[in-house]
Amino acid sequence: MKIALFATCLADTLFPDVAKATVRVLERLGHEVVFPQAQTCCGQMHVNTGYQRDALPLVRRYVETFEPHDVIVAPSGSCVGSIRHQHATVARNFGDEDLARRAELVAERTYELSELLVGVLGVDDVGAYFPHRVTYHPTCHSLRMLRVGDNPLRLLRNVRGIDLVELPEADQCCGFGGTFAVKNADTSTAMLTDKMRNVLATRAEVCTAGDASCLMHIDGGLSRLRTGVRTLHLAEILASTAEATP
Amino acid sequence: MMPDGSAAPPTAPPGVGHLRGDRSFPAAAREALGDSQLRRNIGNATGTIRAKRAAVVAEVADWEELREAGRALKADTMARLPELLVQLEANVTAAGGTVHWARDANDANAIVTDIVRATGSDEVVKVKSMATQEIGLNEALADAGIAAIETDLAELIVQLGDDAPSHILVPAIHRNRAEIRDIFLRGMADVDPELTDEPRRLAMAARAHLRAKFLTARVGVSGANFAVADTGTLSVVESEGNGRMCLTLPDTLVTVMGIEKIVPTWRDLEVFLQLLPRSSTGERMNPYTSMWTGVHPGDGPQDVHLVLLDNGRTAALADEIGRQALHCIRCSACLNVCPVYERTGGHAYGSVYPGPIGAILSPQLTGIEDNASLPFASSLCGACYDACPVKINIPEVLVHLRARHVEERRRLRSVPGPEAVAMAAAAWVMAEPTRYAAAQRAARAGRLLARGTPRRIRALPPPLSAWTAARNAPAPPTETFREWWARTRGDGEARS
Ligand code: SF4
Repeated sequence: MKIALFATCLADTLFPDVAKATVRVLERLGHEVVFPQAQTCCGQMHVNTGYQRDALPLVRRYVETFEPHDVIVAPSGSCVGSIRHQHATVARNFGDEDLARRAELVAERTYELSELLVGVLGVDDVGAYFPHRVTYHPTCHSLRMLRVGDNPLRLLRNVRGIDLVELPEADQCCGFGGTFAVKNADTSTAMLTDKMRNVLATRAEVCTAGDASCLMHIDGGLSRLRTGVRTLHLAEILASTAEATP
Repeated sequence: MMPDGSAAPPTAPPGVGHLRGDRSFPAAAREALGDSQLRRNIGNATGTIRAKRAAVVAEVADWEELREAGRALKADTMARLPELLVQLEANVTAAGGTVHWARDANDANAIVTDIVRATGSDEVVKVKSMATQEIGLNEALADAGIAAIETDLAELIVQLGDDAPSHILVPAIHRNRAEIRDIFLRGMADVDPELTDEPRRLAMAARAHLRAKFLTARVGVSGANFAVADTGTLSVVESEGNGRMCLTLPDTLVTVMGIEKIVPTWRDLEVFLQLLPRSSTGERMNPYTSMWTGVHPGDGPQDVHLVLLDNGRTAALADEIGRQALHCIRCSACLNVCPVYERTGGHAYGSVYPGPIGAILSPQLTGIEDNASLPFASSLCGACYDACPVKINIPEVLVHLRARHVEERRRLRSVPGPEAVAMAAAAWVMAEPTRYAAAQRAARAGRLLARGTPRRIRALPPPLSAWTAARNAPAPPTETFREWWARTRGDGEARS
């Protein structure tokens, strides 16, 4: 299958390994990955901070860039959530019904990585090898906006060598919330503290999730406290093999 | 002005009632977060209610269908609110009650004060009610020399402690047993000085204190959970039975109700009386459901009043996305699952409506600029939407109100603020891939700030210093994904 990658601006700019891992997993499964160069950002931060007017050109860019593609994947539950639940609304709020309809059609073909693998491609064993103790944080938008359910856990359970441990109070928000972490930094930090306590209680070496943004937040806390616990995106674990582990 | 040229509906007036805080949410939250006793009290209480709710909701096989029915009934009600209100007025009047229309808090307070004055009484007993808290009725009555006595146990604790409620359902959720004992010892003239903090003893003390009031009071004041348009019936749902005392013993009963509390028909109660107790207290059925229709000669209050309160509700109704907030049945499930509320408590929201529902309701009632920080008091985690028994899409409304706030600022300010400038600049950069790639290259300079292995940034300038106060930031990589792709694969489109 030919699959267009939406890398997301965050992974493209700050976490390229996440996007590379997404490419590697899909290619290993025999799919062709393309990277439309005109892509930039889904506009979620703008929408969620109230700047819908500024997000409008970003929505248009996403739609125009990915319209020619049949299947689109992004390694982020929250960017896909924004594409699916916000793009058409933003277009409509500015009276662009044509763009709204096109956005809806593109959104229908845009999948978060675990949705694509398990739901569309019907794969729950990607042939990965990762000999470490890992705990999985189901990010809020994957869990409640996209309802990816246990797709990520099914994929992780089939990774060779993995010691997968359950995260206590897993469904609690890590406190990131985009600009929330800056506007309400104290509350966000209190939420992060509880998330870190639960991660540390698992004695995992690695905390994984389907969103680089939440992981950036959790890693920010774990590395500040020098806990020694690493964060890795789900794609990086799924791309891992005996020859190359992250 | 509205799009059709008519004047926009008025919002709740300032200077009366309890819908506005005296500082922004982040400032109030910072203080609350520093109070570890408060965090423990609220964390324990919400955790307990959360587990109870989850258990009794799981028992109902058709819970999702019930939620959808509740949502649909509320949406239908809002779509024809004027007609239903007129029908309610006609039916209450026909049953011997008197209906009053209050444009705002000042109107409502004046109406209730006049009714109480006409009875010659200087004391009223009160059923727990959000609407009367919202309009500051107790203060207005006090100004007129009338004492309002709260009879709900938790409200009584708040009143005696000279405190403000912090939860819709459990107004004293921020207090523990020892604190309540101290409040009773200080506030109840007739209390046993040997009172302990055993829950039973505390309840008995409150009971003895209130019993005397119930037997002497000539006026009762209540809110309403529901009003049935096609029968003129009002309903209050409660757990203690103290509400029923207030609703049945006095000669005069005054009910203050937000105009959105209406349901079209008696049968519709079936849905809400299933949704409400399971969502709020985690009970299968609530202990006391009182219903009254006008006046019954020789039985209960003989002078029955209904005050229909707007106070910004019509303004909320005018917003197609925001009006969902009016569907709320005040169960407080969204508070109990909210990670922000759990840590800050209710007072940080500055309004009688705290938590996720408060963050979308208060700003609409007061006008957004009077509560501008509330729509941002959420990480948009969505737990509230999942818990809400009438499926109010709270995250959607939060995002919508944020946009209304930003647009309002844009309209009012001739010079955009720093955030608006940053957002516009980011959007300008990201609208074009060439500008975007150039910005990525520029951002690489950030590597110079990074230290250690693994490489992290420990300090950033404001406003991002709020991030690095407690968290490291990632260092930009030596090569972006885009560059890696171009280097290893060439042009992505060429492969297609
Ligand atoms: S918004 Fe929904 S969950 Fe929150 S109090 Fe209202 S009805 Fe309950």
